[in-house]
Amino acid sequence: MTPPGVDEDAALVRQAKAGDYAAFEALMAKYERRMYGLTVGILQQREDAEDAVQRTFLSVVEHLKGFREEAAFRTWLTRIATNHALEILRKRRGLPTVPFEESPSADDEAGPPFPEFVAGWRENPERLATRAETAALMDKALAELDEKHRAVFLLRDVQGFSVAETSSALGITEGNVKVRLLRARLKLRERLTRDFGDPATRVDLGHPHGP
Amino acid sequence: MKCEDLLKALGDYVDGGLEPGICEAFESHLAGCQPCQVVVDNVRRTIALFRDGKPYEMPDAFRDRLHAAVRAKWKERMGPA
Repeated sequence: MTPPGVDEDAALVRQAKAGDYAAFEALMAKYERRMYGLTVGILQQREDAEDAVQRTFLSVVEHLKGFREEAAFRTWLTRIATNHALEILRKRRGLPTVPFEESPSADDEAGPPFPEFVAGWRENPERLATRAETAALMDKALAELDEKHRAVFLLRDVQGFSVAETSSALGITEGNVKVRLLRARLKLRERLTRDFGDPATRVDLGHPHGP
Repeated sequence: MKCEDLLKALGDYVDGGLEPGICEAFESHLAGCQPCQVVVDNVRRTIALFRDGKPYEMPDAFRDRLHAAVRAKWKERMGPA
């Protein structure tokens, strides 16, 4: 199944490769906000996200003629943006730049985190979205995730990429996408349920390590 | 199926990608386990909250800088913009 807009993108990419700047601007106009949102999500900082977005589109111009269109433009673009964001993140932490880790880490191998705080939410998401404090709580929850889990969650659940596209954009296997996605979703659930859950409805899940 | 098995299959379940046989076992556990029902509901709400949330707004001043930088690069690599 071809995601919507992909054929239209392919036509714009061909025009841009032939030197049509207006076609390239059309691609930028379509994706710049999404790339900004994605990199703010990964980096949790707006100035660094601007840097990542600018580097991304400069890289795209640099490599446009060599883009073989084996992946959709938006997958290619997202891969470049994610890599720039992760590179900035590692530089910020003073770590050497290494490629996005392919093999599952020890905590991925350990299975999904077991829910501790289980309670019904006081309000539905539509209602919560209208509350002033919600965005900050969501950002805080996102910031607590490990970067490799956060990137997968942002691509899959916020950008709406398929598992296959996420795998291609991050250069990790589909199995690994699923493992990291589940971990991200459960960690966010844990955090947000502590914020939005009604303690009066709290229940216990049969703990696997219990008696 | 136990609660911990349900957790492992939870991602595929909320995405609608669980194999029919496993899906049946999942739903049969779910029907009799209230805590798991709450977890599944929490996860769905968590995803919905982020999916439908307001995107971070890109500042206009940055957009102008971005386009100027990209246009300069374009001229250098691809010829007149």
